Amino acid sequence: MTSSFPEEVLEHVLSFLTSQTDRNAVSLVCKTWYETDRWCRNRIFVGNCYAVNPRILIRRFPDVKSIELKGKPHFADFNLVPEGWGGYVYPWVVELARAYPSLEEIRLKRMVVTDESLEMVAKSFNNFKVLVLSSCEGFSTDGLAAIAANCRNLRVLDLRECEVEDLSGHWLSHFPDSFTSLESLNMACLVSEVSFSALERLVARSPNLKTLKLNRTVPLEKLSTLLKRAPQLVDFGTGAYSAEFRPDVYSSLAGVFSACKNLKSLSGFWDVTPAYLPVINNVCSQLTSLNLSYATTQSPDLTKIVSQCCNLQRLVVLDYIEDTGLNTVSLSCKDLRELVVFPSDPFIGDVDVQLTEHGLVAVSEGCSKLHSILYFCRQMSNSALIQISKNCPNLTCFRLCIIEPRAPDYQTLEPLDTGFGSIVQNCQHLTRLSMSGLLTDRVFEYIGTYAKNLDMLSIAFAGDSDLGLHYVLSGCDRLRKLEIRDCPFGDKALLANASKLERMRSLWMSSCLVSFGACKLLGRKMPGLNVEVIDERENVNSIPEYAPVEKVYIYRTVSGQRFDAPDFVRIMGKDKDAVYNLS
Amino acid sequence: MMHLKETELCLGLGLPGSCEQTDTALKATGKRGFSETVDLMLNLQTKDQSSSVDMNDKKLQSSTKNNKDLTKPPAKAQVVGWPPVRNYRKNVMAQKSNTEETEKAVAGGGSAASFVKVSMDGAPYLRKVDLKLYESYQQLSDALAKMFSSFTMGNYGSQGMIDFMNESKLMDLLNSSEYVPSYEDKDGDWMLVGDVPWQMFVDSCKRLRIMKGSDAIGLAPRAMEKCKNRS
Repeated sequence: MTSSFPEEVLEHVLSFLTSQTDRNAVSLVCKTWYETDRWCRNRIFVGNCYAVNPRILIRRFPDVKSIELKGKPHFADFNLVPEGWGGYVYPWVVELARAYPSLEEIRLKRMVVTDESLEMVAKSFNNFKVLVLSSCEGFSTDGLAAIAANCRNLRVLDLRECEVEDLSGHWLSHFPDSFTSLESLNMACLVSEVSFSALERLVARSPNLKTLKLNRTVPLEKLSTLLKRAPQLVDFGTGAYSAEFRPDVYSSLAGVFSACKNLKSLSGFWDVTPAYLPVINNVCSQLTSLNLSYATTQSPDLTKIVSQCCNLQRLVVLDYIEDTGLNTVSLSCKDLRELVVFPSDPFIGDVDVQLTEHGLVAVSEGCSKLHSILYFCRQMSNSALIQISKNCPNLTCFRLCIIEPRAPDYQTLEPLDTGFGSIVQNCQHLTRLSMSGLLTDRVFEYIGTYAKNLDMLSIAFAGDSDLGLHYVLSGCDRLRKLEIRDCPFGDKALLANASKLERMRSLWMSSCLVSFGACKLLGRKMPGLNVEVIDERENVNSIPEYAPVEKVYIYRTVSGQRFDAPDFVRIMGKDKDAVYNLS
Repeated sequence: MMHLKETELCLGLGLPGSCEQTDTALKATGKRGFSETVDLMLNLQTKDQSSSVDMNDKKLQSSTKNNKDLTKPPAKAQVVGWPPVRNYRKNVMAQKSNTEETEKAVAGGGSAASFVKVSMDGAPYLRKVDLKLYESYQQLSDALAKMFSSFTMGNYGSQGMIDFMNESKLMDLLNSSEYVPSYEDKDGDWMLVGDVPWQMFVDSCKRLRIMKGSDAIGLAPRAMEKCKNRS
């Protein structure tokens, strides 16, 4: 049958499959399909840069236009991964430059990107179009200048919360006058002031500009000038949104916003002067996404704005919005899909902000399309969680952070097991879960039993014994990413579920009870896994085998061990030597 | 082969929401502090894992050592990476409260400091000032203007604060939407700032509130009285 089915037809059919998972499945059908897929797959996603290496990638996929790479584990966001761990993009760029001169898109997350890498990107790919760097570090504005100066066809330069060595704002002026293809520019994380006239001219000569996210140094008074040049914007991020109130500035800004008929997304609003918030009143009903998470202003100001956003799908806000504000959201934003509430003062015990579980329950009641929640608060109850689970059976992502570790149900003082158990039982489409509060092994039993679609689970300060970990590893069939900190999980559950680890992307465990001996055993018995013990203690060589490691990061790989690890990272059991120190 | 079932606590397999039997070991008697719960954890482990007690003892000894380090910090900020707020966000928010932190730190150790809370109507949170740092009302109002950018100088007199000598100017100010500073004195009375000599003010001021002129009308009678007494 396969011989009478022309490859061109198969290729054409496959071209409609864009999802990575589908493509992977397709490539397993038979040799012909594998071959067809590898010749025509040009968008590549590598979820863990150490799971594979550039040479393997290039050998399999000869024609790549777009690549996405992720480096450090997620907990690196919270300083749990020491500096120097790895995730360097340079070796990738070198090989990509050689193999794919027509590469157009590079997307990186949590990787170390040097100016050298950026310079190489800038000079190696003639038709380079898209650069997205999320939570990356290691480069300076010089690297950005190289991109600006050399990438003639650049469409997207998106820096999402990167740590950039900000030498100056001159990089922006490196875009040549002939450069007109810009569609998206996100410089919100940069600190230095760019030349406003250079920025204005850039915006003026970019007719396809849809996304513009300014950094803090662009003052409010200058926003009108910019927006007048780009009324076609869809996604706009302001700079510092504070100034002395002046009616002429106000009306000019309000007018210019009103002219942005395509505007769907707003962000920025640092240091907000509340008096200037109402300039966006006329566009509120257009908005599908609103990020006020840097707007440090009180609930009434925030509430007034959200009450007008009847088409809002995504809201990111500080806990200043309070329960009353969220109640308004539940009444006004009937199309809400995603809610994120960040804490204004995460390190202070008692704050004056009235944000409790009631706000979240209200939104869950009023917004039937809600599917993604990230909520920081200081109290929670089982009954609230149960209510939420019943109101939102279609939840795909539920991340709850109760600020105090191991905080019980504040009403009954019991663990929050039944509450989270209710979430996993009622929300059958849940793919991502982060838990907090007082939790026993029982909650993991619920998770193992009911959370069959769970893809990523984050656990902190929870559980009583290895049983908890065992429930999760043995029960969650679709689990790919598991990250655990400060839980009493140890060797038993890990070793009993060793084969499961090969069906996952990665497992992170820090401040748990996993011993050196167990890590060594796992590394030795499982050639398909890298078992990285990350331990910065000075006397680490004299610590007995039964003692727990500080951190262990286990991931599957076809690339074997890596050779760029610092001395506090040991890839366990990979040689006949007991511990392989790769410094 | 591990026999995990043997080590199971008597956990009911009741569904969430049903009447549940809580493990006595886990019954909370009150809000848990961090260190309390860590100790509790370790207690549970010794109870459960009867099948390999020796291993556990050794493990517990070494893990207790590690955990003891974990139990030390009382302040939230010392638990690395908790709550899970990204550096980027922490830095951005910290830029706002940085001065507050240093002021608090100074207050903790300082002897001659005179910290008072300053609130401004419409501002999201309180600030603190050390009145001993200033030598005149002018200096104080400069500092307040830096802290609260909406607090402009407006129609103030030569002293930088309210000119109590000029009745009509005073009334204009109190009828406007300009902000005026008021303070709570030792007697618990709210007064307009600037009515007494500077040093007397420092000694008697308990807290400051910057409010709209129109809201401060109620404070005017005292101020007017003093104004009249002088002229």
